[in-house]
Amino acid sequence: MNASKRVVVAMSGGVDSSVAAILLKEAGFEVIGMMLRLWSEGGKNAANRCCAPDAMVKARRVAAMLDIPFYVIDAQEAFYQTVVSAFIDGYTRGITPNPCLTCNRQIRWGVLLEHARAFSADYFATGHYARKMTGEEGDHQLWRARDEHKDQSYVLHVLNQADLAQSLFPLGDLTKSEVRQIAAEHKLPVADRKDSQDLCFLAGKDYRDFLRRNAPATVRPGPILDQDGEVLGQHDGLAFYTIGQRKGLGLSTPEPRYVLAKDSTQNALLVGAKEQQGATRLEAEHANWIAGKFPEGDFQAWVKIRYKAAPARCTITPLDEARFQACFQHPLIDITPGQAAVVYRGEQCLGGGIITSSQS
Amino acid sequence: MMKDHHVYLDYAASTPVDSRVVESMLPYFSQIYGNSSSAHHHGRQAEAALERARERVAGALNCMPEEIVFTSCGSESDNLALRGAALAAHQQRNAKRILITPVEHHAVSHTAAQLQELLGFEVEFMPVDAHGMLQVEQAARMLNLDTALVSAIYANNEIGTINPIAELGRLCRERGIPFHSDAVQAGAYLPLDVQKLNVDLMSLGAHKFYGPKGVGVLYIRRGTSLLPHLTGGSQEMGLRAGTHNIPYIVGLAEALTLAQSEREARGQTLRALRDELIHQVLTHIPDASLTGHPQERLPNHASFVFAGVDGNKLLIALDIEGFSCSSGSACKTGDPKPSGVLLALGLPPAVALGSLRITLGSNTTAADLERLIPVLVGTVERLRQLENASPVA
Repeated sequence: MNASKRVVVAMSGGVDSSVAAILLKEAGFEVIGMMLRLWSEGGKNAANRCCAPDAMVKARRVAAMLDIPFYVIDAQEAFYQTVVSAFIDGYTRGITPNPCLTCNRQIRWGVLLEHARAFSADYFATGHYARKMTGEEGDHQLWRARDEHKDQSYVLHVLNQADLAQSLFPLGDLTKSEVRQIAAEHKLPVADRKDSQDLCFLAGKDYRDFLRRNAPATVRPGPILDQDGEVLGQHDGLAFYTIGQRKGLGLSTPEPRYVLAKDSTQNALLVGAKEQQGATRLEAEHANWIAGKFPEGDFQAWVKIRYKAAPARCTITPLDEARFQACFQHPLIDITPGQAAVVYRGEQCLGGGIITSSQS
Repeated sequence: MMKDHHVYLDYAASTPVDSRVVESMLPYFSQIYGNSSSAHHHGRQAEAALERARERVAGALNCMPEEIVFTSCGSESDNLALRGAALAAHQQRNAKRILITPVEHHAVSHTAAQLQELLGFEVEFMPVDAHGMLQVEQAARMLNLDTALVSAIYANNEIGTINPIAELGRLCRERGIPFHSDAVQAGAYLPLDVQKLNVDLMSLGAHKFYGPKGVGVLYIRRGTSLLPHLTGGSQEMGLRAGTHNIPYIVGLAEALTLAQSEREARGQTLRALRDELIHQVLTHIPDASLTGHPQERLPNHASFVFAGVDGNKLLIALDIEGFSCSSGSACKTGDPKPSGVLLALGLPPAVALGSLRITLGSNTTAADLERLIPVLVGTVERLRQLENASPVA
């Protein structure tokens, strides 16, 4: 029934996207494999983790085994201009950006989806763990993956109706172990890479070194202040600390001190005792509501403030077209401006926005 | 697998081996398998096949058998010619200028660049016009006593333009400067009489004229000084050590003989198809131009640039629709760089990125090309819309 439908699969050489390609092929689609060539800090010879030469070879081999065409699409310039520059700009402004969100919005569901459309593909598929559902009014919905440990709906909250209409997530109903088993059954030569928190374009492991090399403006020492405004020490630059951090502050206070917030106007790192941590309210901007409609009035929901955070119960108050507020029942200790606050109702991901501030 | 009938239109990249050529090669795998350097019966069998092949190649090129050196491919022939002749000229008369055109294959241009970087040679470029054709009069003024070697491509792989190499060869001959031509693309369709072409060195690769991959020829006019670049045994007059690849050499000789004897007929058929293709493309696609010379070009070769189109995407889209074509900047790893050849014609980089090469051959039919036209028209239009719509172009 899918015989005449053409689908482009974003392949990385890894097990997930390879199995996604298998499942689509078995479902009868005309499958085309594509890989993005992304910018990497060390230039052409440095391996971007998402498209390292060995990953490219693996993806090609998988494509050959499946007897599907495979192409590499260059997105180095676009990736740098959008993802990397936003990353540098965000840290320079004192926030903690999430480049994967920019990449999904601008590169995967931007450059790559445009290519899929240019090649007359009906669908665009990825190996993300998430589910696409259809609402009562025929609207496209994004739901959490069945395997909740692998759920990646957080990084997909940036999609809109047009994106989702063409998107397929073949792994949404599978667990990781089921996916591994399918790969084994097909004797796939895929790398079972460890899930890594490292960013794909760093030459080294540490984003701080990347910033020192590529965004020297972030190396801007300033005061470490307590909540009374007393100077406790000096920081190396706001970008080098994370909210909730305790170690590495270089303080000699009798009690441990935690990073509470960053004050970019004063270039100050605000710290406090353990019990001073936590905020019950956040504001987010650049909101994307997947339904394409701005929610009317307050509603109860669950919000994830980081990719790996547990969903927290809250009330969402839309402020305007692009902004909302979330008020939590219990304080959260690591609400971080620059990360996304992603809104769920049950299994459904409604959308989200970029955190601008938190308040107690 | 994409389409039941995936059409091959990339004969400049490689050609299917002619069944007659395959037939000629078969005895030399398992029946006649000796090493041509051995003194015994089996060695003599192989040697006989080798020398017979050499005679046939010499016949096709109108030269003496001892002027033929077998190599592993056209690129190796280019390497041997450039490095060998440049080093010899440097050793014998301390000449250090190498003249090439800006439209050479990388096998020539990268070899020349290495000679410049590592060994102190000076590489200079003879001018070409907007069709990529060598300007002989201007090139003549660049020849002097310090010129170690001149190399000019016979017919260009990307744009198909045929160079007046005989004229340049004559000027080099008058001045005693060795003259090489990369004739790899010319092998299938152009006259290869080395006496008329005035070449001292000429490279060929069998797989461009329906022979097997992995075997090539370098013609070396008697008296041309060359230092070997692959040292070892004394095969090929000591210029190219290594056990002879007899079945492939036999195949090359058969393919070259067929190509030269059937040259006119093959060229005529393809030229008619090609001319119609060019006409259709230029008629139906706005902002399309032919690259290379409109008349003085390989008979099977059509090459274009489409303004506002990404050539890599165009290739992918055509592949998906069932047509295997090429582009000057085609690259499997997706790194978009405009072709140096197209830039040498004076095309702006953005235009040079929109290149497409369609090369016809033995299996090409008018019906294939008729099917291609609407696909190409639609694809170019769609890709142009994409480029215009792209927020991160």
